[in-house]
Amino acid sequence: MVLASVLGVFDISLDKLSNGELWLAQFFRGLSDGATYASVALALVMIYKSTGFINFAQGSLALLGVYLAYIFSVEQGLPVAVAVVCAMVASSAVAMFVERVFIRPFPPDHVLPLVIVTLGLLLIIDSAVGIVWGFRTRSLPSMFPSGAPIEWGIAQLTWRTIGNLGTVFAVVGLLYLLLSRTKIGLAFRAVSSNLESARLVGIRVGPTLGFGWALAASIGTLGGALVVPELLLEPSIMLRVLIFSLAAAALGGLDSLVGAVIGGLVVGLARNLLVTFLDLSELALATAVAVILVVLLVRPTGLFGSTRVERV
Amino acid sequence: MSAPYLEVAGLKAAYGDIQVLHGIDFSVDEGQIAVILGANGAGKTTTLRALCAMVSTEGSVQLAGEELSGRRTADIVRRGVAHVPQGRGTFPDLSVEENLMAGAYVRSDADVRSDMEQWFETFPVLGERRTQTAGSLSGGEQQMLAIARALMLRPSLLLLDEPSLGLAPMITRSLFEQLTSINATAGTTMLVVEQNASLALGVADVAYVLEAGEVALSGPADELAADDSVRRAYLGY
Repeated sequence: MVLASVLGVFDISLDKLSNGELWLAQFFRGLSDGATYASVALALVMIYKSTGFINFAQGSLALLGVYLAYIFSVEQGLPVAVAVVCAMVASSAVAMFVERVFIRPFPPDHVLPLVIVTLGLLLIIDSAVGIVWGFRTRSLPSMFPSGAPIEWGIAQLTWRTIGNLGTVFAVVGLLYLLLSRTKIGLAFRAVSSNLESARLVGIRVGPTLGFGWALAASIGTLGGALVVPELLLEPSIMLRVLIFSLAAAALGGLDSLVGAVIGGLVVGLARNLLVTFLDLSELALATAVAVILVVLLVRPTGLFGSTRVERV
Repeated sequence: MSAPYLEVAGLKAAYGDIQVLHGIDFSVDEGQIAVILGANGAGKTTTLRALCAMVSTEGSVQLAGEELSGRRTADIVRRGVAHVPQGRGTFPDLSVEENLMAGAYVRSDADVRSDMEQWFETFPVLGERRTQTAGSLSGGEQQMLAIARALMLRPSLLLLDEPSLGLAPMITRSLFEQLTSINATAGTTMLVVEQNASLALGVADVAYVLEAGEVALSGPADELAADDSVRRAYLGY
């Protein structure tokens, strides 16, 4: 009786719940969404690792990158993958410029002014994109072929999902190698661990942070190029994606690359299952915010974030 | 007589509006150990920070005849100046090995690995903990790591800010023995800020006593240590 009324409130039908195909279909869609959230969450984690704060301008730089990818591919006729790579390079250059002009004048150890600056940059870049390219929606083709190699009734695992997932894992692998095996990676981690000691071993802090911005922008652009084909390209698109990606990054732990991927997949799955089985499509964004809240309350370091150990 | 290796003239430093150093002069010859003594707030730490451009300064700092003032920290480090700051001179999130690799950041020669192994022999406890994060080491181990990190630069001038801070007396003594032996074998010039005046004067060649941002007293370390009135007035032991 109680169960029936709860089910009634949420409009849950037992037909739906016992439909295996629907579960599988939503699982695949969750993976697909999750991969895109993860890809943008990776950019957030990268910039957080280098600067110790959440960079709100990140989504906007990615937005700019995606528009550039659109220009290069749809308007200039380059193959999509090539256009995306060009856009990654271009958005890195923009990010380095932005960092040099708007960020470096501020001392890197005073976080609050920097966060405000990145908020301002978000508004400026988003508006600029709107002014230049207008607010009409466009569609960016995916880098991956259409079709689905695995099909089971309505459940489809598409090439696009597979490609997106593969790209995300490849990015994590490359970033891991970059951070743990190269000199610039060491400098990058040293700066985020102890700014003063980083200076004292001769690391040039400004350019190292600029490199972090460039890297994060190119990853964000790549992430955007994975997200946008699922939706439509318009100037506010990254804002919506950013909320889910922020939830993913928070869940995984803001400084963990692997955490960003797992967080993205969990948020993607949770969103699709909740929307389908509880009929909560109006609350999809709210579920992302709920994830952020719960993580901050229960486990502020996220699933894989490092607790900073410092003995005194 | 040749010119001193480090020659500081009229060095002033300020944090915002607060003037900490009011124009100090001192010098250290190549291969010497110099110690800066003085009460809390006398400007000892600021002096070391000023040499590395970690604070805004006026005046002249010459290293081997080359002017350092006006240069950035990263460039000063590239001229062989290593600085062990007070307290946390390590990268707490990096492993012990990575801390040492970071210490050799500006070096591009092939001996970095073997240098690291050498410091693991000198400080065996660091070798045992090479894969642990620096933040998980005890205070004394972190201090050793900070010093080893600085030595990875193969510095010509080593600046040490209160290396004994928070260390047990026995560990402090062995640390100073290590420093004198490094000074003797590698010929590294050292400038040490230290609260433990008797210990520091025991290993130093020259000493400068700072008082309220000015050099109040200077001379060979053994003479200062032997002068009872100086000891009572400035050194407090």
